[in-house]
Amino acid sequence: MSKPLKIKLHVNGVARELVIEPRVTLLDALREHLNLTGSKKGCDQGQCGACTVHVDGERVLACLTLAAQVEGREITTVEGLTPDGAELHPVQAAFLKHDAFQCGYCTPGQIMSAVACIREGHASSDAEIREYMSGNLCRCGAYPHIVAAVREAREALS
Amino acid sequence: MRDFTYARAASVEDARRLAQQSGAMLLAGGTTLLDLAKCGVARPDHVVDITHLKGLDAIEVTREGAHLGALAKMSHVADDKAIRAEFPAVSEALWQAASAQLRNMATIGGNLMQRTRCAYFRDPNSFAACNKRQPGSGCAARGGITRNHAVLGTSSSCIATNPGDLAVALVAFDAIVHLGDRKVPVDDFFLLPGATPDREQAIEPGEVITAVSIPASAAARRSTYLKVRDRQSYEFAAASAAVGLDLEADGRTIRDIRVALGGVATKPWRAHAVEKALKGKTLEPETVMRASLLAMEGAIAQGDNHYKIDLAPRVIARAILKVGGLA
Repeated sequence: MSKPLKIKLHVNGVARELVIEPRVTLLDALREHLNLTGSKKGCDQGQCGACTVHVDGERVLACLTLAAQVEGREITTVEGLTPDGAELHPVQAAFLKHDAFQCGYCTPGQIMSAVACIREGHASSDAEIREYMSGNLCRCGAYPHIVAAVREAREALS
Repeated sequence: MRDFTYARAASVEDARRLAQQSGAMLLAGGTTLLDLAKCGVARPDHVVDITHLKGLDAIEVTREGAHLGALAKMSHVADDKAIRAEFPAVSEALWQAASAQLRNMATIGGNLMQRTRCAYFRDPNSFAACNKRQPGSGCAARGGITRNHAVLGTSSSCIATNPGDLAVALVAFDAIVHLGDRKVPVDDFFLLPGATPDREQAIEPGEVITAVSIPASAAARRSTYLKVRDRQSYEFAAASAAVGLDLEADGRTIRDIRVALGGVATKPWRAHAVEKALKGKTLEPETVMRASLLAMEGAIAQGDNHYKIDLAPRVIARAILKVGGLA
């Protein structure tokens, strides 16, 4: 077994030290070591988007990122989208209003992706929302409601 | 995922040194390496992280052309204003590839190193035979489900399709891969499978891609990337074409034309025969359709992928007519 690494991750504004095997992904570090289970493990192969988090403000897949790789970067998970006790983020509120989920398993990834999609300026039309949200699969098929939620959140954030 | 050591390269020189260790693999965006490590296809003993290297992520466009640092992210290059203006096919190939998250991770250098999506290559537990994975073991794809396999550039050893989009645009516009001081034309960087399908790129152990440059041209400025696929987004090409066009002052005689194909060949495929047939000709639909058929000379279907031989020329023609303002 390779020697464990001692690394420091900045997650949701807090510096967290952890000792991990080199092969531990950011997703496993968040879920298994830091008890942040909002980021979901769907395919664990970079195909479903359920593990979407932000690294230095950009959406990435935590399952295809090594935890050691993002030392020194700013990591934001769905738990860190709003400060503790604050109201819902406008994207979260829009998902509730538009019933943009059924089982909810893909929802944290959808929300993290949508926040970034709007920030990038890639939510200007329904067609663009569909294109730039295509990396987040919803097996319940809530896509029309997800598009509606992203559209409304874009207005709320503009 | 198998056990490996992790080292963070402090400089390009350091990366080269670390990459020379037996069993070492470079880690950039990780979207291929970690995916294939999870499948049991990539088996690194040592992972060398190059993502913390400084100064390798520049995107520069000058009168001479574009210079893309190897660590520039796909998403950043796709959205770059100067790239969109001077090399629209490059931007379009990038934003139509993968997903927004993957494009925020994957780098320009790493993109050139992505492996085939051949389902037999990716599944060692079910299919022992794969000459690309295990030289000399055979090819499970032949006689299997071959809908996504190549019709051009295949060999008796391998029929796997190169999945790239960006590389197709790079091949069309004569890009250069920089391996430090060694410079390789991108068309030579990608190797035909022949008897050694395990070797896909002309890069040696210990070499590091540092940049990709694309010379400016009128054809690159008037270009597009047309990607046809089973699903509208987040899918590999059934057939794609990067096309660039430069017309004489009369607005209808073709002075220069570039055509490259994706999704149909074992490497990003420059269609020289189509270009030659159209240079000096008048841009009109029937001429373009007829010339586009030449791209499929020598194509060999495997059974499930015959449709690509019909589809690819139509994709080329539609792309040419689109940049020519006729479609």
